[in-house]
Amino acid sequence: MSGRVEVLLSRPVVGAVPAGTWRTERPVVDQSRCTKCGICWLYCPDGVIQITDQGAVVDYAYCKGCGICAAECPVKAIKMVREV
Amino acid sequence: MSKLLLTGNYAAAYAVRDAEPDVVSAYPITPQTPVIEKIAEFIESGELNAKFVRVESEHSAMAALIGAASVGARTYTATSSQGLFYMYEVIWWASGARLPIVMGIVTRALGPPWNIWSEHADFYALRDSGWNMFFASSAQEVYDFTLVSYRVSENPEVLLPTLVGWDAFEVSHTYEPVSLVEKEELKSFIPPKGSWKPLLDVGEPGSLGNLAYPEEYIKVRFEMRKASERARRIIEESLRSYSSLTGRRYWFFDCVYCEDADTVFVIQGSIFGETLRAVEELRSRGEKVGLVKVWVYRPFPYEELGKAIEGTKNVVVLARASVFGSLSPLGSDVASALKLRGASARLFDVTVGVGGVDVKAEDVIGIYDKVRVSGESSFWWVR
Amino acid sequence: MAHRIFPQEEYILKGHAACPGCGATLLLRYVLKALGPSTYIVIPACCTSVIAGPHPRSAFRVPVLHIAFAASAAAASGMVEALEKLGKPANVVVWAGDGGTVDIGLQALSGAAERGHNIIYICYDNEAYMNTGIQKSGSTPYKAWTTTTPTGNPSFKKDVPSIMAAHRVPYVATINPAYPNDIIYKLRKASSIRGGLKYIHAFSPCPPGWRYDPSLTVKIARLAVETGVWVLYEVENGKFSLTGLSRNLLKKENRKPVAEYLKLQGRFAHLKQEEIDEIQRLVDEQWRRIEEIVAEHGARAKSV
Repeated sequence: MSGRVEVLLSRPVVGAVPAGTWRTERPVVDQSRCTKCGICWLYCPDGVIQITDQGAVVDYAYCKGCGICAAECPVKAIKMVREV
Repeated sequence: MSKLLLTGNYAAAYAVRDAEPDVVSAYPITPQTPVIEKIAEFIESGELNAKFVRVESEHSAMAALIGAASVGARTYTATSSQGLFYMYEVIWWASGARLPIVMGIVTRALGPPWNIWSEHADFYALRDSGWNMFFASSAQEVYDFTLVSYRVSENPEVLLPTLVGWDAFEVSHTYEPVSLVEKEELKSFIPPKGSWKPLLDVGEPGSLGNLAYPEEYIKVRFEMRKASERARRIIEESLRSYSSLTGRRYWFFDCVYCEDADTVFVIQGSIFGETLRAVEELRSRGEKVGLVKVWVYRPFPYEELGKAIEGTKNVVVLARASVFGSLSPLGSDVASALKLRGASARLFDVTVGVGGVDVKAEDVIGIYDKVRVSGESSFWWVR
Repeated sequence: MAHRIFPQEEYILKGHAACPGCGATLLLRYVLKALGPSTYIVIPACCTSVIAGPHPRSAFRVPVLHIAFAASAAAASGMVEALEKLGKPANVVVWAGDGGTVDIGLQALSGAAERGHNIIYICYDNEAYMNTGIQKSGSTPYKAWTTTTPTGNPSFKKDVPSIMAAHRVPYVATINPAYPNDIIYKLRKASSIRGGLKYIHAFSPCPPGWRYDPSLTVKIARLAVETGVWVLYEVENGKFSLTGLSRNLLKKENRKPVAEYLKLQGRFAHLKQEEIDEIQRLVDEQWRRIEEIVAEHGARAKSV
């Protein structure tokens, strides 16, 4: 007996909701223009962007397609593309 | 075992001192105030090492204890009437969050009109909230049940909050000799601190109270229901253990002159004394009457109480609570206890002593005479 | 290289239930990065009650206590006292919306501020009851559309940071998600001040509630500061100072016209030119008052 009501506790997990299905447009990164400045990473409310050696990489499983990254990219390396 | 002359409210404060909570939070309301004044004195004098959060409302008093208990603190608050109703929302939050908070309720009538004297409508309003509920009829019982509350609440099989009710003034402000339990003896009775694991801990992050869809919600509430059912056994075991520690005999209820009774009164709280006087008077007239004083109101001892009174002809519930459009809460519960046993006893539900009106032995005898003659099954006794 | 300078760890995990472009979640991400894992969060009824994710899952990697609407400051009071008594010091943070702060939660907040508990209280102000579907709160701006002010809000936004400063709490600050450096700086400062309640009021753009395209969240947040509608400042032990870009906005010519901020949002789409002019006048008036405060504090500093 742990002396705690385990059934009450919600546990941290990536993907508490399947957020990617909400998307109508997806951000597509033109890696040739990406300067890896990290601004898109910084302003992403969903925390789905990683800056790798290749450039900005979006996790589409959880990206909601808000487009802040595209709007804030200082070199216009991100385009919003309609989901089909 | 030391004996002191204490009011019911001071008895509660002494029990709190002896239970050693970590956090006390309260907002003043008549007639609860001496409870928290005494606790404040204990803290200032160093007799109790606890934090006192002097909140700006009862809603905040309970919320503060929820915050404190969620990280593992032992806690206490007390309130009455309007204050209890202001706190109402978070009272349910405390039990839903399964926090072993302990609270005293000095029962007082609700306004309007303003009235600071006793009735139990405030206490009964919590009957479905998931709290374990004791009712004390003397300062000694206030002290005893407050200590028992900690043992019940913190039992890992229960983890539900517990409250103790007692009448305004007749118990809260009346001095009686009260036997205290020595600290050393209490150590074997109240669980050691840290015997239950706090829900919230930065070392093992989890969230308490996330939105739950219907299928998850019912699971969580069903666990609470099971804990409340287990509490019956834990309460019985705790009262037995407390009885053997102190020699004061407690159970779900007390039954006086019940063996051969054909009419039994069922009451809670301070009207016990005068009702007992009436019962003895009626006995001396040759009437076979008995008296049940209910100590444990939630979880309600349907089985045990039903068994104790099923053989009688008449059960007369004297409930000290304004009630409209239904039987009194106590009357409804006693009716259910009888029905669940298939008993044929006739039930009378009588509202008495509302707003602090004294209930005298003569009133009880008057009620006895009335139910025998008129047969009216539910009425208010207004002199 | 923002990702190198900023704390990498995420404490609000991806796959949370916020709307696309949610300003509150952006703020929350920075706040938790600034405070780190030794942090307890208390959340009253608000959008974040949903954003946190459905039980038994949670997007929060720090412990969270969800609590009734009016109760967050009180619950945090009890929690911080308990942690102190139990010898487990940590940040205790209230994360509440504007309804839970300036309306139903104000009494408990005032009490906690007066008692001086060691709490960081953050109001993310999306300027209406957004979780229930965009009803007017005490923090809704003058003339803004909401579902309960369909022709525009007739009353003025309640200035709760000033009310908190009047409680003589050790620290009051405003933050805005377009300026994450400023957020990290202010939150770390708040966390380092051990005595008393620290009050942070956060500008929190809401795409569905303010009726704008979610890609504009940061742009609108930035414009709020550039036009002077939202003022970045802190009040430390009673001393007021402008921070960040707001330091340069005392001169009217440095501020962009408020119309630039208003015109991007559907909640202001019904405004006539004279109403826009009136809002501009109100903003200018606010800055005149700030100028007085700054001058007074300057004079006081010199006389010491």
